[in-house]
Amino acid sequence: MSLKQKPDELFKTIDFKPPKKHWMDTTVDFEKRGSYNYAGSPDSVAYINQPNPRKWQPYEEDWKLPDNWQEIILEGLRERIKKFRSLQLFMDICVRCGACADKCHFFIGSGDPKNMPVLRAELLRSVYRKEFTKAGKLMGKMVGAQELTFDVLKQWFYYFYQCTQCRRCSVFCPYGIDTAEITFLARELMNLIGINIDWVMTPAANCHRTGNHLGIQPHGFVDSLEFARDDLEDITGIRVDLPINKKGAEILFITPSADYFGEPHYFTLLGYLALFHELQLDYTWSTYASEGGNFGSFVSHEVMKALNAKFYAEAKRLGVKWILGGECGHMWRVIHQYMNTLNGPPDFLEIPKSPITGTVFENAKSAKMVHISEFTADLIKHKKIKLDPSRNDHWHATFHDSCNPARGMGLLEEPRYIIKNVMNNFTEMPDSCIREQTFCCGSGAGLGTEENLEMRMRGGMPRGNAVKYVRDNNGVNILLCMCAIDKATLPGVVDYWSPGVEVGGVHEMVGNALIMTGEKERETDLRNQPLLKPDTLEKVQGNEGKEGK
Amino acid sequence: MGLLFSIIAIAVLIILAIAGAAIPGLHPVFTVALPYLAIAIFIVGVIVRVLKWAKSPVPFRITTTSGQEKSLPWIKQNKLDNPSSSLGVIGRMALEVLFFRSLFRNTKAELKEGTKIAYGETKWLWAFGLLFHWSFLIVFLRHFRFFADPIPFFVKYLETLDGFFQIGVPIVYLTGIGLLVALTYLFLRRIFDAKVKYISLASDYFPLLLLIAIATTGIIMRYYVKTDLVAIKQVAVGILSFHPITPAETISPWFYIHFFLVNVLLIYFPMSKLMHMGGVFLSPTRNLANNNRMAYHENPWINDENYFKLHRHTYEEYEDEFRVLMKGAGLPLEKEVVNQPAKDGTEKEDK
Repeated sequence: MSLKQKPDELFKTIDFKPPKKHWMDTTVDFEKRGSYNYAGSPDSVAYINQPNPRKWQPYEEDWKLPDNWQEIILEGLRERIKKFRSLQLFMDICVRCGACADKCHFFIGSGDPKNMPVLRAELLRSVYRKEFTKAGKLMGKMVGAQELTFDVLKQWFYYFYQCTQCRRCSVFCPYGIDTAEITFLARELMNLIGINIDWVMTPAANCHRTGNHLGIQPHGFVDSLEFARDDLEDITGIRVDLPINKKGAEILFITPSADYFGEPHYFTLLGYLALFHELQLDYTWSTYASEGGNFGSFVSHEVMKALNAKFYAEAKRLGVKWILGGECGHMWRVIHQYMNTLNGPPDFLEIPKSPITGTVFENAKSAKMVHISEFTADLIKHKKIKLDPSRNDHWHATFHDSCNPARGMGLLEEPRYIIKNVMNNFTEMPDSCIREQTFCCGSGAGLGTEENLEMRMRGGMPRGNAVKYVRDNNGVNILLCMCAIDKATLPGVVDYWSPGVEVGGVHEMVGNALIMTGEKERETDLRNQPLLKPDTLEKVQGNEGKEGK
Repeated sequence: MGLLFSIIAIAVLIILAIAGAAIPGLHPVFTVALPYLAIAIFIVGVIVRVLKWAKSPVPFRITTTSGQEKSLPWIKQNKLDNPSSSLGVIGRMALEVLFFRSLFRNTKAELKEGTKIAYGETKWLWAFGLLFHWSFLIVFLRHFRFFADPIPFFVKYLETLDGFFQIGVPIVYLTGIGLLVALTYLFLRRIFDAKVKYISLASDYFPLLLLIAIATTGIIMRYYVKTDLVAIKQVAVGILSFHPITPAETISPWFYIHFFLVNVLLIYFPMSKLMHMGGVFLSPTRNLANNNRMAYHENPWINDENYFKLHRHTYEEYEDEFRVLMKGAGLPLEKEVVNQPAKDGTEKEDK
């Protein structure tokens, strides 16, 4: 997986100066590949009962739309304006101050003016004005109103699937206009006439059927975990428990399916298994709810709800007390901001309480689901696990805040606290690129495909650039993150913009540092890479930026 | 296009006002009928608009979090940028409305040599935006001198503060100058910042030009052209006390332009983006506490079956499909396998 253009060549194509032509007069060229995704497969679309399943592709002349597609979308828009105050308000109050313009990673990486969040939203707003406001009806283009033509629809498809719903623009907007919300609803509208992408629809259909995006069936799930158990045994000499679909366990653990199937996610999985074993945690995995992520949230509120419903249903069936969730980004946006409203309140569960420290997670007392980094930070604070941070001395880390936990939750300190306790070398990227101002990996919200590679590299450019900065100045050699999509796509971004830096998970580092009762002397880390021995320990270069524990 | 249209529109409005001033017979139209109409449209329009917004429910609590959330007791929460209580939300909103907290974060991305990007701080938009809004508010409040009798107590204080430096005769009000300077900046920014120019519409230029015209005519009347303030006040008080009077002939045409444009502003306000004034208070990403996992948020249409058509694929359906495989993998089952297990059970079934 790599792009033909070299980074500096790609960089040179970026021009923040917009074209002469009015934005309503420019269109999308689907002939040029590399910056959009292919259409949803009819089987997947049909499997989750979504409208208009058919074979089609964006680069084809005929999108095989229903005859009354405009009517369907406008009716859908009318309905959603009445259902969502956010939408109604965001259609009305933007003053086009432009503060959001250069906050979007896709704009920074492409210079395409329609990737300025304000114009992305105007694509929808212009239609809203034309249909729902008098000024728009009377004055048209002058006040930014245009009819919903096929050409406009093409732009909707192109640009609403060129937004990763990262919400960075929303942090800077003086009115809190949230492009993620606008994109969310625009995609929902397009879905009404069968306009969607396969990398969203097929995982969603898989998840509906098998419980996870990758379509792994129950026996495959068991195999994967057993494989991980064997690997972990080789590294630590300890054979961990593997409770799956175990009724009456105290805690249900749910994590993205990529954790047990992808790399470098897998090393984080080994970290979880080691940690839970060491704690003798009474927990269980579930094959039915074997997916933390929710690609339904990239389709519509409807599909998001149906997929998310498995969490509470499975917790109830298994009779657990509360739910613990693994490292993921949009998964946590859904859990934190939607799950309780969509499928709760889960009164059959108990307020989460750490069986190890006794800490009651008051911040999750209604939704009853705790983030693994909250759980682990609490363990470390209470000194309930033994750690040897020097086992991570071959790493010098920086931390990538994933968009959703950062801006849809505010989970900023917990991972940093853990990292600083399990490793000795840690340097932050510049302030404008972390925490609430963090940059997206460029592939979130279902855009992480091969066919979309150029746009992903463009969107990943701000992040790659910040990583390069700490690589060159501080000797950083691993980018830690807590998101399955990040782990899947940042390696490509980093290889392209900042080669020589690896990508890993926070709990991978925990697993490396964790001293397990009865373990053999560790020769390697969880990646099977040899550890730096104390006697041969070379000082990892550029330790100046290191922050104290 | 939008710019030219707006300039012409403002010019036409000014000509209308001059005509109104020149034809005595039209004076009651400009000083009586129009103001009542404008005030009515403004009040009704704003209420209708806000009610329309308020009528749409807030189905999900989608706070944009801009700081550390409330979690473990020993982790310091950022209570203003990520509030978890009503008090925190009030604080966040106050910062947002009074000081434009979000805009204060503004940065400017610049492409540098090689493949570098730099993000510089840029506070100009924030500074001039704030200058405009505060100046406008204070200028508006100072105008109570002209339409309230007796003059409210705060007017004196504001005038003293505003004329603090005691420059010139009559004393120069800082906010008057601030208003015009800020508006000029905002206007020029729309013309000279290529990105902002690209997104600007007539509905962006027009209100700026309108406000510039209002501020300019106001300043002209205060510092350069003598107007009969007593007569003007009689008109204003007459309107607000519902005893409108025919304006005295001594009132300057500048007043007619100023006053007419203010009426246009009132009429234009509720149907324009200027409604952001009310909208900012309702913005769900800002005015909701980030307590999603702590407190249940109800969605009034959560049971809308037409909207949520897709139902959860149940565990029973799942086990029915995979029972044989699950048994083979040693997983516990809800129901026992009844028939002889088929070897090719891994094949995807037709749905």
